[in-house]
Amino acid sequence: MLTILFDGIAYGMLLFVLASGLSVTLGLMNFVNLAHGSFAMAGGYVTVVVVNRLGFPFFASLPIAFLVSAVIGFLFERTLYVHVYRKSHLDQVLFTIGLVFMSVAAVDYVMGSSQVFVQVPDSLHGKFDVFGIGIGRYRLLIIVICGLLTVALQFILSYTRFGSRLRAAVDDSRVARGLGINVNQIFAVTFAFGSGLAGLGGALGVEILGLDPTFPLKFMIYFLIVVTVGGTSSITGPFLASLLLGISDVAGKYYVPTLGAFVIYTIMIGILIWRPQGLFARPSSR
Amino acid sequence: MTLVLETIDLTKRFAGITATNNVSIQIAKGARHALIGPNGAGKTTLINLLTGVQRPTSGRIVFDGEDISNLPTHKRVRLGIVRTFQINQLFGDLTPLETIGLAVSERRGQGLDWWRIVGSRTDLVMEVVEILERFHLTDVIDARTAVLPYGKQRLLEIAVAIACHPRVLLLDEPAAGVPEDERHEIIAAVAALPTDVTVLLIEHDMDIVFSFADHISVLVNGALFVEGSPEEVAGDPRVKAVYLGEELVDV
Amino acid sequence: MIASRSTILSATEWLSARARWHPLEFVFWIVAFAAIYLVPDRHLILTEIAWLGLFALSLDLILGYAGIISLGHAAFFGFGAYTAALLAKYEIINEPVVAMLIAGVAAMMLGFVTSFLVLRGSDLTRLMVTLGVALVLRELANRYGWLTGGADGLQGVTIQPLFGIFRFDMFGHTGYTYCLTVLFILFVIARRLVNSPFGLSLLSVKGNPLRASAIGISVDARLVAIYTVAAGYAGIAGALLAQTTAFASLEMFSFDRSADLLLVLIIGGTGYLYGGLIGAIIFKFMQDYLSVLTPQYWPFWIGLVLVAIVLIGRDRISCWTTPIRRVAARMNWRTLGSPQVAAPTEGP
Repeated sequence: MLTILFDGIAYGMLLFVLASGLSVTLGLMNFVNLAHGSFAMAGGYVTVVVVNRLGFPFFASLPIAFLVSAVIGFLFERTLYVHVYRKSHLDQVLFTIGLVFMSVAAVDYVMGSSQVFVQVPDSLHGKFDVFGIGIGRYRLLIIVICGLLTVALQFILSYTRFGSRLRAAVDDSRVARGLGINVNQIFAVTFAFGSGLAGLGGALGVEILGLDPTFPLKFMIYFLIVVTVGGTSSITGPFLASLLLGISDVAGKYYVPTLGAFVIYTIMIGILIWRPQGLFARPSSR
Repeated sequence: MTLVLETIDLTKRFAGITATNNVSIQIAKGARHALIGPNGAGKTTLINLLTGVQRPTSGRIVFDGEDISNLPTHKRVRLGIVRTFQINQLFGDLTPLETIGLAVSERRGQGLDWWRIVGSRTDLVMEVVEILERFHLTDVIDARTAVLPYGKQRLLEIAVAIACHPRVLLLDEPAAGVPEDERHEIIAAVAALPTDVTVLLIEHDMDIVFSFADHISVLVNGALFVEGSPEEVAGDPRVKAVYLGEELVDV
Repeated sequence: MIASRSTILSATEWLSARARWHPLEFVFWIVAFAAIYLVPDRHLILTEIAWLGLFALSLDLILGYAGIISLGHAAFFGFGAYTAALLAKYEIINEPVVAMLIAGVAAMMLGFVTSFLVLRGSDLTRLMVTLGVALVLRELANRYGWLTGGADGLQGVTIQPLFGIFRFDMFGHTGYTYCLTVLFILFVIARRLVNSPFGLSLLSVKGNPLRASAIGISVDARLVAIYTVAAGYAGIAGALLAQTTAFASLEMFSFDRSADLLLVLIIGGTGYLYGGLIGAIIFKFMQDYLSVLTPQYWPFWIGLVLVAIVLIGRDRISCWTTPIRRVAARMNWRTLGSPQVAAPTEGP
C-alpha cells in the first residue's frame, strides 16, 4: 500500500509541475487557458525527438524541453493570447479550445498518431526496496526534480522581488498597476515560465503518463481539477490538490479498477459542490 | 407603535472586521426612518443583512413578528421587504418598460408563465405604464437601460422597488450621484410614497434627511450610536463630533 | 393617476411585437419543409443539420438566455441517444416517437439532477463541473459495456417504422421529415418560452442576478428550470441521431462534441434562437466540404476557425448575420452580444 502512496505522490508531484503554470495564469490574468496541455505535449515530443532521433542524453533533454516550451509559450503569448485577455471567459474558452484542436491535429500530422516512447537511461530503470516499499527509480527522480522545483517556486514567490510583484499582481492587478508594477511584463515572463514548466512536466511524463497527440485533451481535466480544487492564490493549494489527485487516481485505479478515472471525476464534482471556490483557496478580493 | 421590522443584536463579522456590531434597531410601521452615519459605518451592510444579501454572524431579524433571519432574498421581497441599491443595479439590456413589467409580473405571481406572450395582459401593462408615468420615465420607456442618463436610471431604480409593492422600503442613498438639477425629482418621488409604506432611508444629504424623516438612527463603526427624533439627533453634540471627527469621550 | 391610453397602446405594441413572427421566419421554415420535396438527394445531410440545430438550440437556451457556459452539454445528448437506442434494441418501446419522448424526459431528469452543480461558483467552476459530468457519463458508458456496447458502440439496433408506416430508409427521407418536424415543434415551444414572462426573467437573471433576486425572482429556481428544459431538448436531439442512424456510441458524450457544439452556436450567434439553426447549416456544409479535402485533420480547421472567430471578434463575425439581426431588432428582439446593433430607436 505504501508503494501505491509513493507512486501516487510521484504522479501528484508531476501533475503539480504540469499544472502550476496554469494556476498562476488563471490567478494572475483570470484567463482560462485550456491549451496548457499543448505546451506540455510540446515538451514531451521535444524530449522524444532529442533523445530518440538526435541521440542526446535524457538528462540533457529535460532543460531543452523546458526551454523550447518556454519559448513557444512566450511567442504565443505575445502574438495571440495578448489579444484575448480582455475578452469574456467564453471567448477565452473558445480560443484555447481552438488552439488545442490545432495543436493536436498538427502534432498528429507531423509525428503520427501512435503513442511514442522515450529511451530512459538504464540508471533509471527498475526499483529498489526500502522497508518493503518498492521505490521506482524513475518515480524517485520525478519526486526529486519536482520537489526541488516546488521549493524553488516557493522561494521565488516568497523571497524575491519578482515574486512579491507577482503576488501583488495576482492579488489585485489594478492596484498593482497603480503601484507601478508592469503587470503585462510579469505576465509574459510568468506565462513563458509556466509553459516551460509544463514542457518539463511533459518530458518527465512521457514514461509515466504516456504521450500521443491526444495528450492535451486527455489531461485537460486533470489540470483543471488541480487549479479549481487548489485555488489560484498560492503554491500550496495546487500542490496539495495535485497530491490529493495523484494519490486518489493511483489508489482508485488499483483498488477499484472497474471504476478507474470515474472516481476522480466524482470526487471533483463533490468537492466543487461543497466548496465552489476550491478546497484551498483563500477568499480573494475579486 | 407597532413594529414592522426589527433586528435583535445583529452582528456581521468579516475576516477581522466587525461590520455590524450588535445592532438592535426597531422600525415602526409607517415610519419615515433615516439611517445616517459617517462613511464606512456599515449602513449598506445593515441593508444587505435586512434583505438577505448577506447572512448575519449572529443575531436575529424579525419582520411582522416572524423571524426571517434565514430567509433568502427573493422570499423577503415576496413578504414586502424591498430595497434600492446605492449603485444602480439595473438590467442594462432591458428597457424600463420591460424592467417594470418584469417586477410587476413577478409580484403578481406570473413569473413562471412560460407560454403567454409578454405584453398580452392589458391590466398588467396598464399598471406598468402608470408607474412609469408616475416616475417620469415615459419619454425613455423603450430605450435600453444602459444608455439612459444617470438621473433616469436612478428614478428607474426607485420605480422598480415601488413596482414590487413594498411594505418596507429600504432606500440606499437614492440621491447619490444625481446631478443637482435632477435631485428634486428623486426627492419628490420619495416624498410621494404612500403612508402605509414604511421607509428606511440611508442618506448623506442632511437637507433630505431632516425634511423627510420622523426618526433617525445614527450608525458609527457598525454600532448604533444615537437614536431619536430629528430635533434630538440634530441637537446632540456627540453626533456633531462624530461627523466632524473630533475626539470622543467614552460613550 | 390614470395612465394615458396612447402610452398603454404603444407599450403593448412594443412588448408583443417581439413575439410576432417575422416574414423571414416564415420563409425559413417554408424552405426547410419544401426541401423534403425539392432536394431528396440531400436528405441525409439535412437530417444531420436538423438534429444538430436542435442540439445547438438547446445550448442557446442556457448559454444565450441564462449565461451558463457549459463544456459538457453532450452529456444530455449522449444520454438521450443511448436511451432511445436501448429502448429500440431491446424492443421495450417500438414506436420511435414515444421512445424519443421518453429519451427527452430521461435527459430532463439528468439535467434536473445535475442543474444544482451549475448554480454556484464562477464560470470556471461551471466549465469544470459540466465537463466533469460529461466525462463521468462517458466513463460509465465505457465501463458498463455489457449494456452500452462499450467502445464499439451499441450494435444491432433496429428502429421500427414511424407510426408503423414510415420506414427509416438509408436515404434519409423519413429521417429528415421526422427530425424537421420535431425540430419545428420544439422550436415553436422555445420561441413562446423566451418571449414569455419566464423568458424575460431569464434575461434578467443573466444580466444582473443580484437585481433579479431583489425583485423577488428565485434565481436558482429559474436556472434549474431552464437547464432542465435545455437538457431535455439536447436529449431529444441525441435520440433523433440514434434513431436516424440506428446507432449510439461513446463519442456522443465526448468533449469534441461539446466543443463542436459551442462552435456551431457561436457561428450563428447566441440569444435569438435561430443562431443554433443557422450555425448548424453552416457547420455541416463546412464539415462536408473540408472533410473531403482533409479527412484526417478536420479538427485542425475547426480549431483555426475557432481561433479566428475569437480574434476577429464574435460580434464582428456575426456581422454577416446583420441583415437578420436588423430584422430582429426591428421586431424589438433582444440581440445580446452584438453592441453595434443598439436599442431600436425607430418606432413601431
